[in-house]
Amino acid sequence: MKNGFKNISGRFVPLDIENVDTDQIIPARFLKATTKEGFGANLFRDWRYINDDSSQPRMDFVLNQKAYSGSILVAGKNFGCGSSREHAAWSLVDYGFKAVVSSFFADIFKSNALNNGLLPVTVSESFLSQLFSLSAASELKIDLEEQTITIQETGLQETFEINAYKKTCLMNGYDDIDFLLSIKDTITEYEKIQEKNYE
Amino acid sequence: MGKTLFDKIWERHVVKEIDGGPSVLYIDRHFIHEVTSPQAFAGLNARGVNVFRPQQTIATADHNVPTENQHLPIKEELSRLQVEALKKNCAEHLIELYGLGHPFQGIVHVIGPELGITQPGMTIVCGDSHTSTHGAFGSIAFGIGTSEVEMVLASQCLLQSKPKLMRIRIEGQLNKGVVSKDLVLHILSKLSASGATGYAVEFAGSTIRNLSMEARMTICNMSIEMGARCGMIAPDETTFAYIKNRLFAPGQSKWENALAEWKQLFSDDDAVFDKEVVLQAEAMEPMITYGTNPGMGISVTGSIPSLDQIPSNDRTAFEKALKYMGWEAGTAVKGKKVDYVFIGSCTNSRIEDLRQVASFVQGKHKADDVEVWIVPGSKQVEKQAQEEGIDTILEQAGFKLRQPGCSACLGMNEDKIPAGKYCISTSNRNFEGRQGAGARTLLASPLTAAAAAITGVVSDVRDFLN
Repeated sequence: MKNGFKNISGRFVPLDIENVDTDQIIPARFLKATTKEGFGANLFRDWRYINDDSSQPRMDFVLNQKAYSGSILVAGKNFGCGSSREHAAWSLVDYGFKAVVSSFFADIFKSNALNNGLLPVTVSESFLSQLFSLSAASELKIDLEEQTITIQETGLQETFEINAYKKTCLMNGYDDIDFLLSIKDTITEYEKIQEKNYE
Repeated sequence: MGKTLFDKIWERHVVKEIDGGPSVLYIDRHFIHEVTSPQAFAGLNARGVNVFRPQQTIATADHNVPTENQHLPIKEELSRLQVEALKKNCAEHLIELYGLGHPFQGIVHVIGPELGITQPGMTIVCGDSHTSTHGAFGSIAFGIGTSEVEMVLASQCLLQSKPKLMRIRIEGQLNKGVVSKDLVLHILSKLSASGATGYAVEFAGSTIRNLSMEARMTICNMSIEMGARCGMIAPDETTFAYIKNRLFAPGQSKWENALAEWKQLFSDDDAVFDKEVVLQAEAMEPMITYGTNPGMGISVTGSIPSLDQIPSNDRTAFEKALKYMGWEAGTAVKGKKVDYVFIGSCTNSRIEDLRQVASFVQGKHKADDVEVWIVPGSKQVEKQAQEEGIDTILEQAGFKLRQPGCSACLGMNEDKIPAGKYCISTSNRNFEGRQGAGARTLLASPLTAAAAAITGVVSDVRDFLN
């Protein structure tokens, strides 16, 4: 059980790069933990710091630029491709992100995000380029219930798709395991039928 | 209307449909490893839930293990703790573990097939994106996150939405020096690194039919690099012959029944796919990547595209990739200096790969200034290579066979490529820093990698044939 939510609003961090893979989000050498906490410190580690040294931030990387802040990450298409590591979703959540906006998400990342209460918002290419052209002070509003994303200063709005089941889960903080555990009898019944049919 | 291979397997595994939502999909086999499972077990323990069907989960240690001196304790503390956590979790939850020192240990996607655990018609998952490998046997196999690992441990089920279906047909005969890795890199260069996102991909056609199981696994393995949910190939006599007599294959009394069922697993003639792609094998050449995603591949004799050949939307990414690689647009890749050669990973570490490398390097010698790491996919591959004398051939050529694991494919253990160095790798990802911070990866086939090990530069393996 996690905390549910209906809206996310505020400023956003623009990461205008396509095909951001999960090795960039969290490099493999940081996957050695056996808990889910603390990954935010290494989010985008090799883009964030020079020579892997956290006292030497790369000032051309957006997370190190004071002008940008907020709990919404806006990224180029095919975000989260590559490795299935859920550590990528954990590191974004641990850093403070609540939603990621892109024109295209890799499948496994999308599931991982949804399973951690991180909302993936898929928008059109043209809406995405509008977002990248906004000033740092601009604010967005994501309404999960209405399935809309709005640029506050212009009122420009787009609707986004989300599976009805997943939407209910996010709004109420339910997770899939609660549901699967609640249908164990059905699963056992299925197993019995399969055994009879295929043995 | 006929059914696709995917439909036939999917429909049989749906336990329950949810209104307006995903399906509850039953999972036949679940593989786990040390890196993506500890938090799942912690989740189960926190809920006070037992593993629902422990006999259907198989564990191994592969991502984080050293590839030398595996008999000694793991030096790196965090790696050791992770491997120990797997051991403890498996013991507590009665899961079979093929850990370090076990004769079945190895890369999870190598051991499943070689033990006969992977079979046609199954649903197979693992907390690793290259689980798509197992689709080569005509199964629905895909990578999952750790929350989903927890779901499978807790209920043997997952909530899944049905993907769209794509068929990629490849017809004709592969040219000399061109192997399945080149074929899949060729497909990737046509479709891009996101070209199959949202799709389950079935590979079909005469070229695929003529491939060995090892070669088919290489192709399905890299279907995730196109973004595909899974890759699959309908089982045939090649598949059945591979599985027969393997340790966990159906025994004599069950074999005929299993075979009769497996023979139903194909896409019907009138089955409809959401997308169809047809490619000709004759057009394929040995491939190499020049950039930082697996879709950035060219013929080994080709040139890196010039900026004006790249669609305007992709130019920033293209320039960023070339800057990272330290290369100029429009230049040839053949002849460029190589510092490291890595032959291994779940893509290309099977016995057939090692045989190809050995037969190529026999009577030749490694270039002096190249470091070569050859890492077998499993203890069984290692043993077979020793029995066939492959280790001796490699040693005579100046190489050494290391011990099994994921190794330099993802640089989690100490097998990392130093910053700025160039590595020809038979693995699956050339992302920035994948093989170590700042490392520059060139993806290629085992043959092309072996040729570079001999010459010290990117080479066309065809120059050595005949």
